[in-house]
Amino acid sequence: MKKYILKRILIAIATLFLITFILFLMEKAMPGSPFNDEKMTHEQVQALYAKYGLDKPVLVQFWNYIKNMMMGDFGVSYSLQVNTPVTQIIAQHFPVSLTIGLLATVVGAICGFVMGIVAALKHNTMIDSLMTGISVLGVSLPNFVVALILSIIFSFQLYLLPAVYSADRPFISIILPIIALSTFTMASAERYARSEMIEIMHSDYIRLADSKGISRRQLVLKHVVRNTLISVITVLAPLMIDLIAGSMVVEKAFAIPGLGTTYISAIQANDYNVVLGITFFYAILFIGIMLFVDILYGIIDPRVRLDKG
Amino acid sequence: MKETILKVKNLAVSYTTYRGKVRSVRGLSFKLKKGETLALVGESGCGKSASVKPIMGEHEANQVIESGEITFTYDGPQGEETVDLLKIDDEKMQQEIKGKQIAMIFQDPMTSLDPTMKIGKQIAEAIKTSSSDLSSEELTDKVRELIDMVGIGHIDTVMNQYPHQLSGGMRQRIVIAIALSSDPSLLICDEPTTALDVTIQARILNLIKKLQRERGLSVIFITHNLGVVANVADRVNVMYAGKIIETGSSEDIFFDPRHPYTWGLLSAVPDVHDNEEKLPTINGTIPDLTKEIVGDAFAPRNPYALEIDFKEEPPMFSVNEHHEAATWLLDERAPKIEMPELLQQRIMRMRGEVYD
Amino acid sequence: MIKNMQSTTNNNDFSLAHREQKVDHYSGESLSFIQLVFRNFARNKVALVSVLVIILIALTAFLGPQLSHFNPNTPDPQNSNLTPGQNGHWFGTDNLGRDIFTRVAAGTGISLEVAFVAMIIDLIIGTTYGLISGYFGGKVDIIMQRVTEVLSTIPMIIIVTLLVLVMKPGLMSIITAMMLVGWINMSRIVRAQVLKIKNEEYILAAKTMGMPNSKIIFSEVLPNAMGQIVTTFMFSIPNAIFLEAFLAFIGLGVPAPLSSLGTMINDGYTQAIVFPHMVIFPVLFLALIMLGFNIIADAIRDAIEES
Repeated sequence: MKKYILKRILIAIATLFLITFILFLMEKAMPGSPFNDEKMTHEQVQALYAKYGLDKPVLVQFWNYIKNMMMGDFGVSYSLQVNTPVTQIIAQHFPVSLTIGLLATVVGAICGFVMGIVAALKHNTMIDSLMTGISVLGVSLPNFVVALILSIIFSFQLYLLPAVYSADRPFISIILPIIALSTFTMASAERYARSEMIEIMHSDYIRLADSKGISRRQLVLKHVVRNTLISVITVLAPLMIDLIAGSMVVEKAFAIPGLGTTYISAIQANDYNVVLGITFFYAILFIGIMLFVDILYGIIDPRVRLDKG
Repeated sequence: MKETILKVKNLAVSYTTYRGKVRSVRGLSFKLKKGETLALVGESGCGKSASVKPIMGEHEANQVIESGEITFTYDGPQGEETVDLLKIDDEKMQQEIKGKQIAMIFQDPMTSLDPTMKIGKQIAEAIKTSSSDLSSEELTDKVRELIDMVGIGHIDTVMNQYPHQLSGGMRQRIVIAIALSSDPSLLICDEPTTALDVTIQARILNLIKKLQRERGLSVIFITHNLGVVANVADRVNVMYAGKIIETGSSEDIFFDPRHPYTWGLLSAVPDVHDNEEKLPTINGTIPDLTKEIVGDAFAPRNPYALEIDFKEEPPMFSVNEHHEAATWLLDERAPKIEMPELLQQRIMRMRGEVYD
Repeated sequence: MIKNMQSTTNNNDFSLAHREQKVDHYSGESLSFIQLVFRNFARNKVALVSVLVIILIALTAFLGPQLSHFNPNTPDPQNSNLTPGQNGHWFGTDNLGRDIFTRVAAGTGISLEVAFVAMIIDLIIGTTYGLISGYFGGKVDIIMQRVTEVLSTIPMIIIVTLLVLVMKPGLMSIITAMMLVGWINMSRIVRAQVLKIKNEEYILAAKTMGMPNSKIIFSEVLPNAMGQIVTTFMFSIPNAIFLEAFLAFIGLGVPAPLSSLGTMINDGYTQAIVFPHMVIFPVLFLALIMLGFNIIADAIRDAIEES
């Protein structure tokens, strides 16, 4: 177990290091940054280089870059909110994204697993086909398509829910975004849970448990569902990461002033500090989620927990 | 005369597959007496497992019971009862028979225990199905007793371990403990040692034999390896293509085999004495059971096949009152054909060893 | 072998039948693995319909622009915002008066092209990487595995976004970015298959008989891993199309005058309420492609599993 956690942490650190390095290279390569401005004279560029420490060796520059990133110093915005520190922009826009993201994860994962389990229990029946059909639709329709369909139906036909986020009515205005965002999570979770559970139902240990003569209810709850849920934890991390990507799109579709919308605006406005800052923030978030889920799995699954080392 | 606890009559099971209907079991009949160990022997795919699944009440989606009767006699809550396991309702099967009267040991101990549940709990779960009124101390005591019974020393450690922490042999012992937890009258062992190391195989076999004697269990022992059967079984049924082709006491089958298929199986058992020869094997593979079989199913692989074997299925010929074989070679019109010399020599030696 | 053989009867039936042993009863009727997979696949009606739909969409993409006399990129201010069917524009026109049918056809072509090119390159890289890593094992495998392990924890969508941003949005940069990140999954699946197959007896036999590694890989290992490779490839196509649409939707799609389904949806999105046809057709095509490929991939996987 110790070895397992240590390995996970090492991989997380390596990943973080690699991402920082990529970001560093990107920053140097970004077109349209002040350093690549052709109108500046050589002296002006040199002065700027000195100011940002760019006259130093690359490794020193990289080290300084890492230090800055770790301290949360991502610089200031050039164009989006001129001279506002990127950290402040993130702090300002992240909460609404977090709320929607977490709710969508919970809704999507729970619905998906329940649907998958029901489908597996009713394997080869109409209910199974229905669930499978819904999940194929769910993984096939991009989030923005779902968002579009939802707003056409619920906002412009039925006038039930707003199609555009309004800070005055936060609860009612995040309902559609949450549904749009959780569709993919739900569908993937359903597919995974279903196939995993069908496999488990045909496993030898379920045959043995059944041969003990325990009731079907006990068999399903104590052995089948429990083992399905344990293995399903492994897909939580990738699902949450897909969901973060989806959140950019859904936020834009519903005009939610979250981190995703800000990210897209920054990309379109060539506001590189903001783009790189948010990218770094996302990267930390991703790595954190993966580490968390890996360790959670390690704790729950005895095969990992009790492994030597 | 001991009473019969299980009687299988004319059982036919088929499976619907994409290739068509596979007739895995084609009219199987046998009896099992109380306290007797019966071996079902044959190559993989000859219908051994397919014929015991209905006994355990295991249904698969594509399994079709074509015909037959499986009568089982047991001491139920209302005294002695005799039921047809093919007609009994699932609930009664689950509540009164599975685990309580009929228990099973599976082939691969590596995969037959729940990987995420402690050993102690898995055994306790099996005990609770028959005696639900035990206090938790009594339950723990019973679990300890069972672990001790299957010859595992460090009981307390094992109880709190998970399957992946135990070796294959240990796991199979736990599976045996689970099977015997509710004091069943019939134990089905489906290739219980095939997945184990040779040295461990013998220990597990001895354990099963010992427990069988102590508890007067009736055992159905499924295997493809006749060598395993020799010192376990009282009676041996040799199966081929979903039918029994030779049945007899252990002695009949090992010392006086009559069916060429049995000869083949016996010759394939490794023997220390004929080290200079390579192991004789039976050529070919089992027939395609999706097709109607004309004549003797074994004929195409049988070097001693007669013309009639390709036309008409042989009936069971009686050799003595407890030994029968389905081969035309036993018909009085058939040429006198004796078993291969190599096998004859072996049997001579074995007899010598036995009677020494 | 046979001793003491005496003919004790005149009945010919009881003479020994010296027939050629029929060793394999399955021969004649036996189907090769690939035939079996095809047969199972053909039973799946939904999958067959999907194949048909994908073929129709592909035909539309490549023949569509020829079917109509409109040019997808020529603005026609007099005919802007036409609804479907007006003035011979089957799907109507957009706010610049461009014919939506030809644009959707051309856009579908671009989306499919991006996805296929990127995924075929990934297929080659991923398969090679996985084969080498799995087949040779040992230190080679450990190092190669650490590399993919770290790479796979990097959030790819972000890397793709940044790469496209740095390289300036364009067909090439989108393909390159997708190519750089897409091979990891394929390499993993190929490696797992290779590890599974590697210890099968027939591979060990080939090895002991001195067959060269390259020959074992190409004639034994690769064909056996093919099922998984095809399935993974089929699943990666809709993913790539999705990624392209995602990039377009966040403003990093192929630049004008080119247009993909993603950029069309992005352009039409803001006007979805007033002129729904501008977004509905590209959305419909995108959804059908995604759905079609997913269903086909599912069906192939099921067909392989059943065989």
